[in-house]
Amino acid sequence: MKVLITENLRIDLDSEQWECRACGKALRSARDNYKRGLLVHNRDPREIHKPLLDPTRYQLTYAPNPEWCRILEYYCPKCGTMIETEYLPPGHPPIRDIEFDIDALKAQWKDRAEITEPPVAPDPPRPRGHGGQPVARAATGDRR
Amino acid sequence: MNAPVTPEQQALLDRFVRDNKMFYAPDPAIMSNHKIEPRSEIEEKLLSGPVDPHKVNEVRGLVLAALDESHTMIEQMGAAPGAKWGDMTTAVFTASGDLTMIAPHGVGGFAAAVFYPIKFINKYWRNEPTVGVRDGDAFIHNDARYGGIHNTDQSTMMPIFWKGELVCWISATIHEGENGSTEPGGMPAAAESKYDEGLKMPPFRVVENFELKRDLVTFLQNSVRDPKLQLEDMKVRLHSCMRLRERIISLLEEHGEEALIVMLRKQLEDVVAEVRRRITELPDGITRMVSFADSTLREAALVKMNMALTVKGDTITVDMRGSSPELINRSINTNQASFKTMLYSSYMQNIWPDLPFTMAVFTPFDFIFDEKSLLNGSFDTPQAMSLIPLFKTMTIACIPMAKLIYGLPHRHTAIVAPQYDQPATLIYGGLTQHGEAVGNFCADINGMGQGGRSHLDGEHSVSPPFAAHCDLGEIELMEEDLPIVRLGAFTLSKDRAGFGKQRSGLGYEQIHTFRNSGLWGFMTGCSGSLYPSAMPLFGGYASPTYPLCKIKGVNVFDQLDRDPDGVEFDIVDLMNRQPIEGATYSTHPMGMTFELADPGELYMMCQGAGGGYGDVLQRDPERVMKDLDEDLISHATARDIYKVVYDEQNLIVDVAATAALRDSERNSRIARGVPYDEFVKTWTTPEPPQNLPFMGCWGEQDVVYGINVGKRVQMKGTALQSQFMLNPKDVEIASLKAELAALRAVPR
Repeated sequence: MKVLITENLRIDLDSEQWECRACGKALRSARDNYKRGLLVHNRDPREIHKPLLDPTRYQLTYAPNPEWCRILEYYCPKCGTMIETEYLPPGHPPIRDIEFDIDALKAQWKDRAEITEPPVAPDPPRPRGHGGQPVARAATGDRR
Repeated sequence: MNAPVTPEQQALLDRFVRDNKMFYAPDPAIMSNHKIEPRSEIEEKLLSGPVDPHKVNEVRGLVLAALDESHTMIEQMGAAPGAKWGDMTTAVFTASGDLTMIAPHGVGGFAAAVFYPIKFINKYWRNEPTVGVRDGDAFIHNDARYGGIHNTDQSTMMPIFWKGELVCWISATIHEGENGSTEPGGMPAAAESKYDEGLKMPPFRVVENFELKRDLVTFLQNSVRDPKLQLEDMKVRLHSCMRLRERIISLLEEHGEEALIVMLRKQLEDVVAEVRRRITELPDGITRMVSFADSTLREAALVKMNMALTVKGDTITVDMRGSSPELINRSINTNQASFKTMLYSSYMQNIWPDLPFTMAVFTPFDFIFDEKSLLNGSFDTPQAMSLIPLFKTMTIACIPMAKLIYGLPHRHTAIVAPQYDQPATLIYGGLTQHGEAVGNFCADINGMGQGGRSHLDGEHSVSPPFAAHCDLGEIELMEEDLPIVRLGAFTLSKDRAGFGKQRSGLGYEQIHTFRNSGLWGFMTGCSGSLYPSAMPLFGGYASPTYPLCKIKGVNVFDQLDRDPDGVEFDIVDLMNRQPIEGATYSTHPMGMTFELADPGELYMMCQGAGGGYGDVLQRDPERVMKDLDEDLISHATARDIYKVVYDEQNLIVDVAATAALRDSERNSRIARGVPYDEFVKTWTTPEPPQNLPFMGCWGEQDVVYGINVGKRVQMKGTALQSQFMLNPKDVEIASLKAELAALRAVPR
């Protein structure tokens, strides 16, 4: 039984391993921090969020300040899929973002069928809102 | 040794304390309790017997229709700009003050904040001989310390009596804007104490026998810059409440009070049961998230929000310890009631939008805060720009909740990466072309880009993060009332997106100026110019950072008279090409205290993008071409970020070459990546870099950093101290003096 956890990660309840969903590689004990099974790259944020304003003229250019913010990119060591990204100030300890009770997870999935593809759910409802005159007209039965 | 106090003595003491209370400050017992009250005697009696679900549904429908009608009344009549775009709601509460229902298109956060002042009135004013609560009364309130999001929002709260008994409360709330604060518009970034915030109304009676008390109205009008707005919307809220009351009285006549009481209470209890069921579906464990604002709106500072969600059985514990300490002379603090209200709004927009909008959703939630943290600010902290942490509050749970929800067999809604989470709009003030004094804000606050979704890209400029259905208003209407002229509006901000397998929706550019006024100015109250705001999900990228751009020193209308076609109103083009002759071009952080402008000067900013969802290399190359076709991204982004090989002329993808390029990039990632354990040895530092003005925990959550009187300090999380910030002008003067001294020291 494998349980989907994120777009890129699942847990194999039998082997108790984190796995890459793209290539199936076993990454780390599911009772441990999955990041320990990944590769990390310290990315200068200006490589992704490029300066759009002339940096020779302006200090602020739509690009983050690399002395304030770095992007930690986490890769699967086998297939290179970007499993996670983490924006942090330089030197800030990475967050252990997922820490599940694996015994409870096993009990929870004991009677559930395995899911290999996540369900597509509806979008958050967007009720017909502020409409001014069109809504007022509709309320009177005017369908223009 | 003192003799023990007798019961009679204790009763005397209690009565003395009660009768001689010095000040009815916000009651911590009310302000820290977000859960529904226990059943009242009548609720217990009615709900312990059989309940007819059809009757409940019929009564609920009638109340919902009444709420819709009263809400539409505000929308049609409200004078505040916010009322024209949907920043308002009407709501109904149990007699105990628990929020049961809001208007179908209402801003739920407003109502979810109003139960606090209603509970205050019930507890303190109802039996107070000089106040009391009677049929025909209505109370007014705006101070977020007694419940609320921020002090721009004014609420009218009315009790409904039937056969002499209080059966429920109703309310109408509008984001009014102007409130007499130290800067126009009601959201003063410059507030250094709560006394700079303008009107601070604890709940008090302003209506008797269904009529506004004109002496009190005059007092309030006399305290704000826009007395017309104050009067008009007090009338609007009152009459909206009166219509709502009228409908509920009809309902009571037809169905009786028991049907109403049962429906109001059952709605709460059903929601609690459903939320507990949904929490039980989640995996037990902890998910964590950190979020940063990069400004106090007076100076650059990296202000941390630290979240851990713990699921255990049918309960979620929200642990915000380790967040920044409160800032005693900056306006970006909030209190725990406001924080919970906006976190709740986030759950209703992004996690469980199918649930009825009642605060009962949070009854299965517990919260832990440090005392004197930015999110649990003490009574004396200024909170006028609480939107800085509160807008981030509206997205911070999306990521840790997504990690709890992703694997469920059934989803209640699509998983969505965080929406842009800063109030990116101009606040204005001055004299209009009609000679009226005004202060308020623009509707652009409602145009944030959505984050990427599990199955689709995010929508562009779709809504604010607190209400999916708020609108952007009509620019033409705004220009009729105000001297503001929009020279560029609603042009999507190309290349400024959260990239990912599902990219975020984009924000749009806002290029403002004004004319026909001799006294006009602007302010902005945003963070996110140094550190991105909207965080990504599952390996996507965040929103970029956004500066405030200014073009000053010339009147753009003169240039347009000379050369109407010579200026393209595109921020990047304007700033890089500098086509307006003789102007000064500059960029600034998006936190700007109020400044007067000259006619024809340009103030330019962007509404922002949400976070991207998933690995950019998994994005369908054809959808990258569609983004190019729609002018959302540049060729550089298509090539360098998404790694697509294609013909730039006809946008035809070379499928094989793209696959090869993406494989090559994956190999490059493997080559440059460092194993985690090895990486953290060189990456992690014991404390924040010395040059970084950091506030909050760094490693362990019980060690919190702050900046007090210009110096970094370290505190225990259990003993946070209020931080006092230096005056930025003093800091600049000191810096200039040092520079001058250094220059003078150089031998000539």
